[in-house]
Amino acid sequence: MAKITFEEPDGKERTVDMADGQSIMEGAVKAMVVGIDADCGGACSCATCMVYVAEEWRDRLPPKESAETQMLEFCPHVQESSRLTCQIPVTDALDGLRVKVPPTQH
Amino acid sequence: MADFRVNNNNEQMLDSVVIVGAGQAAAQLVASLAQDGFTGAVTLVGDEPHLPYQRPPLSKKYLAGELALDRLYVRPAAFYEKAGTTVMLGTRVERIDRNAKAVLLGDGTRLSYTTLVLATGSRARTLPLPGADWEGVFFLRNIADVEALRARIAPGKSLVVVGGGYIGLELTAVAAKLGLKVTVLEQAPRVMARGVGPVVSRFCERLHREEGVQIHTGVAVRGIEAGRVVCDGSSYPADLVLIGAGAVPNVELARAADLAVENGITVDAECRTSDPTIYAIGDCAAQHHALFDRRLRLESVHNALEQGRIAAASICGKPAPIPQVPWFWSDQYDVKLQMVGLSAGHDEAVVRGDPERSRSFAAFYLRQGVLIAVDAVNRAPEFMMSKQLIADRARLDPVKLRDETVAVRNLKG
Repeated sequence: MAKITFEEPDGKERTVDMADGQSIMEGAVKAMVVGIDADCGGACSCATCMVYVAEEWRDRLPPKESAETQMLEFCPHVQESSRLTCQIPVTDALDGLRVKVPPTQH
Repeated sequence: MADFRVNNNNEQMLDSVVIVGAGQAAAQLVASLAQDGFTGAVTLVGDEPHLPYQRPPLSKKYLAGELALDRLYVRPAAFYEKAGTTVMLGTRVERIDRNAKAVLLGDGTRLSYTTLVLATGSRARTLPLPGADWEGVFFLRNIADVEALRARIAPGKSLVVVGGGYIGLELTAVAAKLGLKVTVLEQAPRVMARGVGPVVSRFCERLHREEGVQIHTGVAVRGIEAGRVVCDGSSYPADLVLIGAGAVPNVELARAADLAVENGITVDAECRTSDPTIYAIGDCAAQHHALFDRRLRLESVHNALEQGRIAAASICGKPAPIPQVPWFWSDQYDVKLQMVGLSAGHDEAVVRGDPERSRSFAAFYLRQGVLIAVDAVNRAPEFMMSKQLIADRARLDPVKLRDETVAVRNLKG
């Protein structure tokens, strides 16, 4: 269980309570977080669930696996802090995580 | 001011959107209507007993038992309640009454609409084969199909897959991993002929053979007998048969209502049918695509979601999102296939990497030097970069494309 805060594209903040056993992407889609498109549903095939992770959290997330790294390399609007939320499982350790949603996923 | 209309019971009613079909296009439409500020009534009518769910995992992780049912659902029931959407599951629409602006349900109920959206999807193509009604014959299109099949698959059993397309080969990969003896029979000279270029077809045939699957191409199935699939001059033992012969769009309601239909329900750039109060989205809709300059009926998640977003914007009077280049994916064993664009009409295919010995390469399809499609096998960077290059009608140099010493980001220009 974790409270995760999203800064949506228009600057509004949304804090979502997420249960374990799902990815951050799944929790965000269920909560209708604006700007998390997640077109492929979590298959790491589309890179439309990308967020920017707040600096203090970057080292506290599970490291990227190669599929995520490869998808991010040419992801539109990618930055150093970018992660794909479908690749990060929700755990207690993520409580308080803050991320920013890009203006568009395309 | 709210837009009030009078329905046939002389009651005043708000704008009312009725959505026929409860797949991924419909679910996206509900979400996008809410995000675009739609304030009228929304009713979702689906003939399956399920809330909208993701179909791609059916032939992959869900079949393999790696994904629970509740994770298939696009959104939980609470989402539809909160959005104020009336959800009618296990309910078939029998007819559209365009004059009265109403749909008729199986039980005689009439639902009035101001806007109707057909998201009726597609169904598995059946084959007119003798013995196709044998109880060991399965299709793979919906949750019920998977549950029926899952109850019967067990290590050591023989499975014959009729049709080497995406569904057939994804199921093959899962079944082979579960220890079934799998034989794929494809009528065409190569597998996945509709979806990928020849070099990728040959790669997929090798991939499955390396995983212990028998693949036979150019084989016409003549019939099914209990425990056997019969072809010209040969036959294959089968405890189970899966028919993966593609999909047929569900256009019957539209056709009966005299809407324009031609391999899919004809829609304009905003997903409106020939009746401007009726939209069609997803697998059942055929829309002109500017980049490829032809009418396309796409069976893909990307298309379903995009058309759901486009129709919602149109209904709410907002500018429609710009269509992206069509893309598709497939997972088989440790291979992620990602395809973007449409390769039909290419005059040059350039391969980067080794499709004969490795499991990592990309095929670039050019027409007069312009990139029109890419099939990427475990090559996400090439796939991601090409999405934009195809949209930009980029000209690429085949010599550089082939040269793996040139970094992916230096392929353009």
